[in-house]
Amino acid sequence: MRDIKIQVNDLSLYYGEKKALKEISMQIPANKVTALIGPSGCGKSTFLRCINRMNDLIPSVKITGELLVEGIDIYDKNVDVVNIRKKIGMVFQKSNPFPKSIYENIAYGPRINGIKDKTQLDEIVETSLRQAAIWDELKDRLGDSALGLSGGQQQRLCIARTLAVSPDIILMDEPASALDPISTSKIEELVHELKEQYTIIIVTHNMQQAARTSDHTAFFYMGELIEMGKTNTIFTKPEKKQTEDYITGRFG
Amino acid sequence: MEKAISITENPFAKTNGRGKDVKETAVVGLTQTAVVLIIAILVIILGIIIYQGRTKFSWEFISSFPTDGMTQGGIFPALIGTFILVIVMSIAAVPFGTITAIYLTEYAHENSKFAAAVRFSIRTLAVVPSIIFGLFGLGFFIQFVGTGMDSAFNDGQLRWGQPNILWASLTMALLTLPVIIVSVEEALKTIPRELREASLALGATKWQTIKHVVFPGSISGIMTGTILAVSRGAGEVAPILFTGAAYYLATLPGSLSDQFMNLGYHVYIMSTQSSDVEKTMPIQFATTLVLLILTLSLNLVAVIIRSRIRRKAK
Repeated sequence: MRDIKIQVNDLSLYYGEKKALKEISMQIPANKVTALIGPSGCGKSTFLRCINRMNDLIPSVKITGELLVEGIDIYDKNVDVVNIRKKIGMVFQKSNPFPKSIYENIAYGPRINGIKDKTQLDEIVETSLRQAAIWDELKDRLGDSALGLSGGQQQRLCIARTLAVSPDIILMDEPASALDPISTSKIEELVHELKEQYTIIIVTHNMQQAARTSDHTAFFYMGELIEMGKTNTIFTKPEKKQTEDYITGRFG
Repeated sequence: MEKAISITENPFAKTNGRGKDVKETAVVGLTQTAVVLIIAILVIILGIIIYQGRTKFSWEFISSFPTDGMTQGGIFPALIGTFILVIVMSIAAVPFGTITAIYLTEYAHENSKFAAAVRFSIRTLAVVPSIIFGLFGLGFFIQFVGTGMDSAFNDGQLRWGQPNILWASLTMALLTLPVIIVSVEEALKTIPRELREASLALGATKWQTIKHVVFPGSISGIMTGTILAVSRGAGEVAPILFTGAAYYLATLPGSLSDQFMNLGYHVYIMSTQSSDVEKTMPIQFATTLVLLILTLSLNLVAVIIRSRIRRKAK
């Protein structure tokens, strides 16, 4: 694999005494979609939250090993977590727009980065909403509360909000699990378009979704990375028996 | 193969023993009596105060000074004194309490010993009898801080080392601090974790998240806390007994180092130290009525805001 964006070496994570991730090592290629699959509680979301250091928020968590983004260990003492998160955006399972207007939701990130100029903000809001393919739906109601949008629109708004801080990497934690099939397919299309510019890592429960959207797939089980490879290969000729069992629906 | 189901015995029949029903009735009766009793007490108290106070209660009563050795006239200075007291108290207690609450909910680690100690102190502070606050105010603010200020800045001349609005307000602020801290904490906790994470994931610092997401969402909770504190402060007398309340003043206070009159204290002195307790009875009742209206309406506003927050939290 060329163009490695993220290199993970022996990453382990403990919740207190419990080891939730066990010596994970993997390479995540740039400008591709990587899907993380596995049964509930296998550690895929926990692993995703390691990549933007969201697990820092939980006091009992301890992490060992290395997680290199473009060769820099993001768990190094000299790294500022705030800068990490500006570069590595995240879309959550449950859409979580701020109880503010649509415009303010998008402008939030740029604003905290110190952009005050109104025309510049207007521009960012428009570009981000266009990128998230929701501009046409929302352009006439930017001042309305984001909470009035449908679930699917809220989730695309959250994607736009993430894009507004121009990250390199976008982490998606089951972004469509709470959405109807039409909204889900819109999100999937979006993922497909965004990978031109971004490295996307998506956690999903939905096997078809992983197959449809991703270039590479990593299968997690009981805190271990069982197998990772090209999505095609994983879904047709997996090497490990566990992977095959999971994909064919024999457990999970 | 169909087979009729035959019920030989009704499984849903009432149990034969009457004892259960009697207990049930007794418990319901007891709780109902308790409720009626509480409402009755409230109605009686309010009824007497309104009935006895109504003759004297008027705009003139509220807006004029007491006259004739406080047997006639109004309660204007006591009302103004109470207002100044709660305003100065809020200026001191609200920012302090809010900052403490922010520390406790946002910054303190779950199992931090320091935070546990702070929480324990707040709980303890909340159950300290109010007269103890009064004594503390006298000892600490007046005799220690005030006297110290006089000897440091005032050539030992007496200005701050005696009861005044400032010390009374600060004493009252200490008393109301737990109320503020607890309600602000509650308000901060209603902001869902998802919203905090959304902000942090965009590269916001913790403080930016608090400032732009957590704080705007809990502003009504902070207001509730403030109002509850104000209504508590407006009604308490013990903390200001030795720290600043005056029996009678011919003029309104002009600076923080002046003494002041106060509604609650006014009722107290009118009923215990007046030259003619019988004659001033209507004044006492009318003053009580004003105090009640003040605190009840403040509480009502707090209740309304709080129920709005609850609805929003859902």
